[in-house]
Amino acid sequence: MSSFAQEIPLSWYLLLSAVLFSLGVVGFLVKRNVITVFMSIELMLNAVNLSFVTFAHQWHAVKGQIFVFFVMMVAAAEAAVGLAIIIAVFRARATLAVDRIDLMKL
Amino acid sequence: MNVPLHLWLVPLLPFAGFLLNGILGARLPRWLVTLIGVIAPLVSFVVVLNAARSFFGMGPALASLPYIETCPFPWISIGTLHIDFSFVLDQLSLVMLLVVTGVGFLIHIYSVGYMHDDRGYARYFSYLNLFLFFMTLLVLAGNVLLMFVGWEGVGLASYLLIGFWYQKDSAANAGKKAFIVNRIGDFGFLIGIFLLIGNFGTLTFSEISARLAADPAWQGGALTAIALLLLAGATGKSAQLPLYVWLPDAMEGPTPVSALIHAATMVTAGVYMIARMHLLFDHSPFALSVVAIVGAATAIFAATIGLVQNDIKRVLAYSTISQLGYMFLGCGVAAYSAAVFHLVTHAFFKALLFLAAGSVIHAVGGEQDMRKMGGLRKHLPVTFWTMTMAVLAIAGFPPLAGFFSKDAILYSAFLHGSGGVLLWFVGLVTALLTSLYMFRLWYMTFMGESRSPEIHPHESPWSMLGPLVVLAVLSICGGWIGIERFSAFLTPSTGVRVAESATPHLELYLTVAAVAIALLGWLIAYRFYGQKTDRPTQLANAVPGAYNLLAHKYYVDEIYGFAIVKPLLAFSRYALGWIVDVGILGGIAWLLSAIAIFSGAVLQRWQSGNLRSYAAWLALGAAAILLFIAAPGMLGAAGVNIHLNWMGR
Repeated sequence: MSSFAQEIPLSWYLLLSAVLFSLGVVGFLVKRNVITVFMSIELMLNAVNLSFVTFAHQWHAVKGQIFVFFVMMVAAAEAAVGLAIIIAVFRARATLAVDRIDLMKL
Repeated sequence: MNVPLHLWLVPLLPFAGFLLNGILGARLPRWLVTLIGVIAPLVSFVVVLNAARSFFGMGPALASLPYIETCPFPWISIGTLHIDFSFVLDQLSLVMLLVVTGVGFLIHIYSVGYMHDDRGYARYFSYLNLFLFFMTLLVLAGNVLLMFVGWEGVGLASYLLIGFWYQKDSAANAGKKAFIVNRIGDFGFLIGIFLLIGNFGTLTFSEISARLAADPAWQGGALTAIALLLLAGATGKSAQLPLYVWLPDAMEGPTPVSALIHAATMVTAGVYMIARMHLLFDHSPFALSVVAIVGAATAIFAATIGLVQNDIKRVLAYSTISQLGYMFLGCGVAAYSAAVFHLVTHAFFKALLFLAAGSVIHAVGGEQDMRKMGGLRKHLPVTFWTMTMAVLAIAGFPPLAGFFSKDAILYSAFLHGSGGVLLWFVGLVTALLTSLYMFRLWYMTFMGESRSPEIHPHESPWSMLGPLVVLAVLSICGGWIGIERFSAFLTPSTGVRVAESATPHLELYLTVAAVAIALLGWLIAYRFYGQKTDRPTQLANAVPGAYNLLAHKYYVDEIYGFAIVKPLLAFSRYALGWIVDVGILGGIAWLLSAIAIFSGAVLQRWQSGNLRSYAAWLALGAAAILLFIAAPGMLGAAGVNIHLNWMGR
C-alpha cells in the first residue's frame, strides 16, 4: 500500500467519479451544441474509467486496469467515427444544434 | 427368389409423364406432349404384359406367388404397426392392371384425336397420366393404406378431369359434387381402415387374409362393421346407392375421361376393393347381403332412369351405374370371379360405348341430345359398326363379351340361397331394361332419318377410330375365355367359386331366359323407336306421373338438396359463418388489432425525433435499472425522489 492511497480514502475517488459522471449526464442533456454533447459522453466514459482504476487498485485486480485500456481504445474509435459524423452532418445541415437534427421524427 | 419384374415402373412412368407435361407442357410443341402422354401408358402396358408373360409361364418363371415388390425403406412404423410401401402382383391385380393400362393406353390414343383442338391439350394429358399413376398404385397396393392413397388420388384426378373445362359453371360444379360425394364414402373407408388396425394390428392384405383364414369361426361383430364401412367407401367410388349422384354429373368432363375414369377403371375400384378384401366379406354374411341388395337395387334403379334420358352420355352414365350394380350383386353372392369377369368385359364394351358416343358427338359438332341426331349410320360407318358391337355386348347377346359375364353373375345369384331367386329376378329385369335403353340409344342415334338437317356429320380421324376397332374386337372376343377358366385362374386371389349347378340344364335354362329377355328388350325398343311412331310420347302421356318421376331421376338430387345440402349450407352460413367466423374469430382478430392500434397511439409519443429527449429517457431508464438492482431499500428515500425529478425534466 502506498502512502498516497492511505492518505486519500476510497470514497473520494468514487465521489469524484460520480461527480464527473453526473456532470457528463447533465452536459449531455442540457447542451445544444453537438460537440459539447460529444465531449460530455467522453467525460462519462472517463468517469467510469476512474472508478475502474480505483477498484482495480483497491482489490489488487489487474482486470479493471485492462478494461480501462479497452474503454480508451473504443472511445478513440468512437471519437473518430463520431467526429466524422458530426462533420458530415454539419456539411449537410449547416448547424450543430442537436434540436434541429430531428429528421427521424415520426 | 423371383426374377424382378420392375413393377415400380408401372405407376412411375405415368407419374413422370404427369410431371413433364404438367410443368413443361405449355412450352413444349404439341407432338412432344402427345409423345410423352402416350408413351408413358404404353411402356407401363408393356411392363404389365411382360409380367403377364411370366405369370403364364412364357417368360422367366415366377418362383412364388403372389409376386411382391417392397420399397427398401419402411414407410410408416408406429409402435407395433408397420406399413411398407409394397406392390403385390397376384391373379386379381394382374387382370385389373391389364385392363387399366391396356384400355388406358387405347383411350390415350383416342384422346389425341378427340382433344386435338383444345387449348388445354398438355394439361389434359398430364391429368390423364396422373390418373393412371394413382390407378395403378391403387391396383398394385399391397396394403389397405397404400390402396387408400391410390383411391384418393384417382378421386383427385377425377375431380380435375370432370372440371377440365372449368370455365363452364356446370363442369366446375360437377367436379365439386363428385369430390364431395366421394368424401362421404371415403370417410367410411377411413374409419374402416382404423378399425382394421384396431382389430388386426396390420394393414397388409396377406396378413389380414392369413388371420381370417386361420380363424373360420370368427364371424360378424367388428368384421361386419369393417365390411360395411368399406362398402360405404365402395358405394362412393363405384357410384352405388345412395352415393351414385355424382356420376351422371361427371359427364361434364371430356368424353374420353368418361370412358376411362367414369366407366372402365376408376368406378370399378369399389368392386376391386371388395374382391381384394373378399375374405373379410365372407366372414360377415350380413355385410355380404347388404352388398348384394345395394347392387341389385342400384342396377334396377339406374336402369329405369336410363330409359328416359335424352343426353347420349347420360344414358351411358346411368347404364354404367346399373352395370356396376351388377358387379356388386355378383360380389354380394360371393361370386367374386364373376364380378371381376363382368368388370373386365364391361371395361371393354362400356369404354367402347363412350368412345363411340364421343365420336358421334365429335361428328355432330358437340351436340349430345339424341333427339337431334338420327340417321348417322350412313355418315359414320366405323363408329356405327363398333357401337353396334358394344350395344349387342352390353345387352347380353351371345357370343359377345357381356353375355358371358352377365350370365355368370345371374347364374351365381340364382343359386345363392333363399333370396337368390329374387336377386336373379331383379337382375333379369335389369337386363331387359338394359337391352331396352341401349337399343333406344342405338335407334335414336344411328337409325331413321336425321332430325337436324343443318348438321353435316363427318367420320372421326383414325386416331379415334383405331381404339374403337380394337375395343370392338375385345368386346366381341373378351368373353370367350369363359367363366370356368377365368374363375379357375382367379381362384388363388378370390377364392373358390361357390356356385355349382344343382340341377342339370339349369344353367342352360337361365341362359335362354337371359337371351330371350334381351331380345324382348330389343323388340320393345324397335316397336317404340325403330318404327316411326309417336308411341313413346303416347306412353309418356298415358302415365305422366311415372314418366316425370323417371325424367327427374326420382327427384333424388332435389331430395338430397333439400334434406342435406340446404340445411348444411344454412348451418354453415349462419351458425358457422356469422357466429363462429364473424363473431368469435373475427372478434378475436378485431381485439388484437385494437390493442395494437391503441398501444401504438400511446407509444408513438415517445418518438419525438428530439435527440435529447431520447437521451433523457435513456438516462432515466438506466437510473431506474440502477435503483432496482443496487438500492431496493432506497426507493422510499427522499434523495432518490429528488434525483428522479431532476432527471425527468
